[in-house]
Amino acid sequence: MKEEIIIAGFGGQGVLSMGKILAYSGLMQGQEVSWMPSYGPEQRGGTANVTVILSDEAISSPVLSAYDTAIVLNQPSLDKFESKVKPGGTLIFDSNGFHRFPSRTDINIYRIDATEYAFANNSAKTMNMIILGGLLKIRPIVKVENVLKGLKKSLPERHHHLLGMNEKAIHTGMDLIQKVN
Amino acid sequence: MEEVRLMKGNEAIAHAAIRCGCDGYFGYPITPQSEIMETLMELEPWNSTGMVVLQAESETSSINMVYGAAGCGKRAMTSSSSPGVSLMQEGISYIAGAELPCVIVNVMRGGPGLGTIQPSQADYFQAVKGGGHGDYHMIVLAPNSVQEMADHLCLAFDLAFKYLTPAMILADGVIGQMMEKVVLPPFRPRLTEKEISEKYPWATLGKPQTRNPNIINSLRLESDEMEELNLLLQKRYAQIEQNEVLYETFLCEDAEYLIVAFGTSSRVSKKAVELARAEGIKVGLLRPITLFPFPKIPISQLANQVKGMLTVEMNAGQMIEDVRLAVNGRVSVEFFGRMGGIVPSPDDVLDALKTKIVN
Repeated sequence: MKEEIIIAGFGGQGVLSMGKILAYSGLMQGQEVSWMPSYGPEQRGGTANVTVILSDEAISSPVLSAYDTAIVLNQPSLDKFESKVKPGGTLIFDSNGFHRFPSRTDINIYRIDATEYAFANNSAKTMNMIILGGLLKIRPIVKVENVLKGLKKSLPERHHHLLGMNEKAIHTGMDLIQKVN
Repeated sequence: MEEVRLMKGNEAIAHAAIRCGCDGYFGYPITPQSEIMETLMELEPWNSTGMVVLQAESETSSINMVYGAAGCGKRAMTSSSSPGVSLMQEGISYIAGAELPCVIVNVMRGGPGLGTIQPSQADYFQAVKGGGHGDYHMIVLAPNSVQEMADHLCLAFDLAFKYLTPAMILADGVIGQMMEKVVLPPFRPRLTEKEISEKYPWATLGKPQTRNPNIINSLRLESDEMEELNLLLQKRYAQIEQNEVLYETFLCEDAEYLIVAFGTSSRVSKKAVELARAEGIKVGLLRPITLFPFPKIPISQLANQVKGMLTVEMNAGQMIEDVRLAVNGRVSVEFFGRMGGIVPSPDDVLDALKTKIVN
C-alpha cells in the first residue's frame, strides 16, 4: 500500500495539523510516513499545503508531482492541484467560497461541506477532523482507532479531554461526504 | 529497543545533540532551521546533561562562542541557514586554523543575499571549497532524511574530534522541515573535565603546574611556521579523503546512465530513477553522503560503465564540477537544477534525463 496525498487550503484551516494526524496514524500502524509542509510566508493568510505519504515500503521523494488523493479547501488550491491528481485518483473539496468547481472526468470527485457544518454547529476547530473523516470513509488508509492513538501521541495531555469531540467529528465527516461525479 | 518517533529534521538535530554528549549550542534564529534552538530550549538540557544552550546576539557571535568552547575541548555546535552561515565564515576559518573540532549545521535556503526562506543547495561551493579564507576544508556531511540528521550529528562530532577540524552538516529546508520516522541515537554522557584533559592534551582547561601553557591561536607570523601548519592540515585532509568517504548507490549494477545527487535532490532523483526504470531506462543513482571528502573513486569507476551522467542539484550547477573532475572527460556529464528555493519534481528530473542524457 502506498498513498500519496496533498492537503491544501488557507493558513489556519488546520491543513498542516490534518496532515500531521494522518502521519501519526500511519506511524501507529507501522507504516513508513513522510510529512512535508509548505513553510514560510504563504502561511500568513495565504495558502498552506502539506504532502503526506503513507507507504508499506521506504519512501523515496517527499516532494511529488502527482498525487493519489488531493484534499482542497479553497479555490487557489483547487486551481493548483486538480490537474495533479493521478488519473483514477481522488479529489475531495470543501465548496465553501468556491466559484469554479472541479471538472475532470477521469478522477473520483467528492464534496464535503465541512466548513458550513462546523460553523452551523459551532465547532470550527474540528473542521479538519470532519474532512479527515470524509477521507477515511472513501479511502480507509488508516484505521480510526489508529487516528485516535496518533492524536493521543501528538496532543499534549492537557488536550486529551478533546479526543471524544474529535472522534465524533470523524464520524460526522463520514456521513457528510458525497460523491459528485 | 529505542522508540520510533515522528519529528522534523531540525528537531532530530536538537535531540541528537543532547544524546551525543554535546556540551554547548550557540545560535541565532533564522528560517528554515529555527526549530533546532526552539527544541533545545524546550528540552532544557541544562537540567539533564548540563549542556548549555544560548541564543547569541548574532551569528558572528555564535561561531566565536563555539570557537571558545572548542578551545576548551568541549563538544560545541551552532546552526544557521545560508545568510547566517555567511556571517560565520571568518570564525570557521579561524577554527580551522586553530585546529579545533566543532559542528556547524547549515539548513540551506535560496540565495544570494537575504534570498528566500525556501530550500536550496546553493551553498555547496561555500561548504566544500572553503567559504572562509585560507587553504582549509571542513568535513561536510549531506543528510537526506530525518534519520540521517540525527545520525550525522553524532558522526560529525566524532570526525571533527578525530581530525581536529570543523565539520558541517549541509542540509536544506526540505530535510529540516519535513517529518519522518526516526530512532534517536543512544545517550552518551558528556565528558568530564578530567576526561577532556586526558583525551585532549591541547585543551585550555586551566594550566596545572606540571605542563607549559596551552595556547590556541590561528596567527602564525613566521612564514615557516605558517607553512608547517598548512602542510599538517593538508596531510590531515589527505587522510580524511583516504578514510572517510561515504556514499550510497541505488540500482547502479546494470546502469547505463547515472544520476549523481545529494540531500533532497537525491530523494527526488531516487523517485525519478524508479519512474525511469518503469519505462525500461537503465539508470542508477549515486548519492554522495560526504561532500568533502567527495566520492571521486566510485564516480570515476562508474564512468567506465555508463554512457552519460546527470547531476541534479538545487542550484545553478556546483557539485557538477567535482563530478566532472572525477569523470575527467570520459563520458558527458550534464546538469539539471532549479534555483531560488524551487524543489524539482521527480517528473522534471525524468524529463531532463531523457532530453539531456538518454537520446
